[in-house]
Amino acid sequence: MENKKLQSINKQQEYNEYVQQKIPKPTYFKNCIWAFIVGGLICVFGQFLANIFKGMGLNKEDVASAVPMTLVFLGAFFTGLGVYDQLGKRAGAGSIVPITGFANSIVSPAMEFKREGYVFGVAAKMFVLAGPVLVYGYGSSIIVGLLYYFLGR
Amino acid sequence: MDYVRAFIVGGAICVIGQLLMDGTKLTPAHVLVLFVTSGVVLTALGIYEPIVDFGGAGATVPLPGFGYALAKGAIKATKANGILGAFTGGVTATAGGVAAAIFFGYLMSVLFTPKSKK
Repeated sequence: MENKKLQSINKQQEYNEYVQQKIPKPTYFKNCIWAFIVGGLICVFGQFLANIFKGMGLNKEDVASAVPMTLVFLGAFFTGLGVYDQLGKRAGAGSIVPITGFANSIVSPAMEFKREGYVFGVAAKMFVLAGPVLVYGYGSSIIVGLLYYFLGR
Repeated sequence: MDYVRAFIVGGAICVIGQLLMDGTKLTPAHVLVLFVTSGVVLTALGIYEPIVDFGGAGATVPLPGFGYALAKGAIKATKANGILGAFTGGVTATAGGVAAAIFFGYLMSVLFTPKSKK
């Protein structure tokens, strides 16, 4: 009796989830609002950090390093707690595009593949998403440097 | 006031990313790569610097800001050290963030286990 009840509740839940999936989502506008607000707030927090570091007497270049480092730490930490991915479901690009999303893209797959070991699991999977970003980022910055060297003077 | 500007610029950059993800077949990974690269290119063309001057962290915290730091570092180091700087500049300018990402990323991945999804 108890089991049957549970089963029917489960089925009802499954059905509700199924319906939820099939409902045409009020996508573009709503997603953009979420992305704007969450992304904007993360940047406001970054600005807040920058002002604090400036107040502590760090020069401009040190601030430009300290802010991403702090945000990366927080992004990694909240990904570990499972909070960041929860936020990401709603916020979409709002949580992916800021540098905290870069940290998220490192921790998320690394945690997931931990059982494959600490070399091919954690360490290798850290760069599934971050790797391409670094390849194209560093690659293009070197090209810019070379172009500047050969054409700029 | 700088908070309002950071909010608007940062939000707008994220909206562009959202539109790219919803409107095209680009995955988040593609958007990240695209944003970093365009940050580098826009900085090299002198377009991104004014956006940073206006938006502050709103322009430096999103990934194009990572590209901005890369390109700015590469150009600055090339000015100082020539061709060697082209290679070292970008890495040097972003060393803190990337090292932190690797270090904290590894630490958190080892300390935490993924929450069951449901």
